[in-house]
Amino acid sequence: METYGLHRYPGRLFIVEGVDGSGKSTQIALLRQWLISEGYTVFFSEWNSSPLVKKTTSRGKKKQLLTPTSFSLIHATDFADRTEHDIIPPLKAGAIVLADRYIYTAFARDVARKVDRQWVRELYQFAVKPTVAFYYRVPLEVSLSRILTGRTELKYYESGMDLGLSNDPQESYKMFQERIVNEYEAMVDEFGLTVMDATLPIPEQQRRMRKIIRPYLQGVRRIRSSAQESAWAGLAREMRPSHPDIQVRDR
Amino acid sequence: MSILAERKQKGLNYHGGRKDSMTRLAFYGIDAIHLEERDELLPGRLIVIEGTDSVGRSTQLRLLRPWLESSGYAVVDTEMTRSKLVGAGLKQAKEGHTLGPITLNLFYATDFVDRFESQILPALRAGFIVLTDRYIYSLMARALVRGADPHWIRSIYGLALKPDAIFYLHIGVEDLIPRVLQRGGFDHWESGMDMRLGADLFESFVNYQTLLLAQFEAMIEEYGFEVIDASQPVARIAEQLKERVLPLLPQG
Repeated sequence: METYGLHRYPGRLFIVEGVDGSGKSTQIALLRQWLISEGYTVFFSEWNSSPLVKKTTSRGKKKQLLTPTSFSLIHATDFADRTEHDIIPPLKAGAIVLADRYIYTAFARDVARKVDRQWVRELYQFAVKPTVAFYYRVPLEVSLSRILTGRTELKYYESGMDLGLSNDPQESYKMFQERIVNEYEAMVDEFGLTVMDATLPIPEQQRRMRKIIRPYLQGVRRIRSSAQESAWAGLAREMRPSHPDIQVRDR
Repeated sequence: MSILAERKQKGLNYHGGRKDSMTRLAFYGIDAIHLEERDELLPGRLIVIEGTDSVGRSTQLRLLRPWLESSGYAVVDTEMTRSKLVGAGLKQAKEGHTLGPITLNLFYATDFVDRFESQILPALRAGFIVLTDRYIYSLMARALVRGADPHWIRSIYGLALKPDAIFYLHIGVEDLIPRVLQRGGFDHWESGMDMRLGADLFESFVNYQTLLLAQFEAMIEEYGFEVIDASQPVARIAEQLKERVLPLLPQG
């Protein structure tokens, strides 16, 4: 079994992290569109999405069967299934894998639930180390207002009600998020997370993200040229109606 | 014969053979559940029966339980994949063909921790004798055979409490085969068919069980297994188990 840092694959793995309401999902969705338009093969993987494990997790949440430790383990199981199916094989095949939330989400949430810091890090030893891990940093009051306005219900585990911090879900959520932010901040140096200012305008954040990623794209195979190059190629083809057999290379 | 009478016969005093009358809070690794913070003592006993598939663990547990209960000990038994949380989900996942080795190991770990926290610990707190059909050792052996990183798997199960006793039913592959046949043939998972270690079920079974037994053997000393020869008749094994369980029991 290969462990964190030892994996060597031709693909690239870019991940985004941050609290709810940091805007990270928006950024990775924009990045995905761009990479596709540039002609790369892109795989997208979301937190908590394994078809094998999903049912068990939602059962555990609905019936409130989860302790901090089993909560941690069921999410690690979910992540393992994604690693074995959605992350390692595409990376081996030379694709670009994008992940919305990664192991740092588990580290932040589980430790906020008082799971042992060291134990949970060892639990995720099988994970692939990302090429770049972006952390979308946002002031707590900004993310809280983004999430709490216009939203009526917070779920039990989502708001950290299992911790017994407060009987009020909103109050509990705030206290839980605060702990999570503290964990993220402590991980910036520990894991070399790339900090992004999530208060900037969305296009500016995206511009910076692409700039950071661009050097890592060197040597990654494209299935076709970028949309822009294809447009030029198409134009060139139209310009030569008398020579229909002339192939314009678009690979 | 009652347990008390047996005790007298063996010359064990009222306080039994143990100095401490509690399951001590000792772990193999990190106390990730923070038991040390909340549990000053666990008055119950944790007794583990380990051994490979079809070695006769459940037969022995079926004999031990009424023996203990008839002497007034409250007994709880537990076995793998029976957790409320993942029991059903794990079974379903194993029926498909997409379950990878790391995912399988973690599914088992989740099942274990759920049973540990919701069955084993409460019973130990309440002073029960907990008989468990397999513990972390089988889970680690299976994981290691499937190529898991030894450090990784040990640190996950490091949160488990060290049992009061681990009885390892020891058997060789050649003695195992007739038992499996008698019981109805070779099972997909017990033959390690997820790893395809042979051309057919039988070959894979032999190769898989050989690897598994080697893992168990390597654990005997490290974890202090009490080895019991499982090729003996059932009644003889039961006798030996009772003899060894007796001094572990709480008094009064």
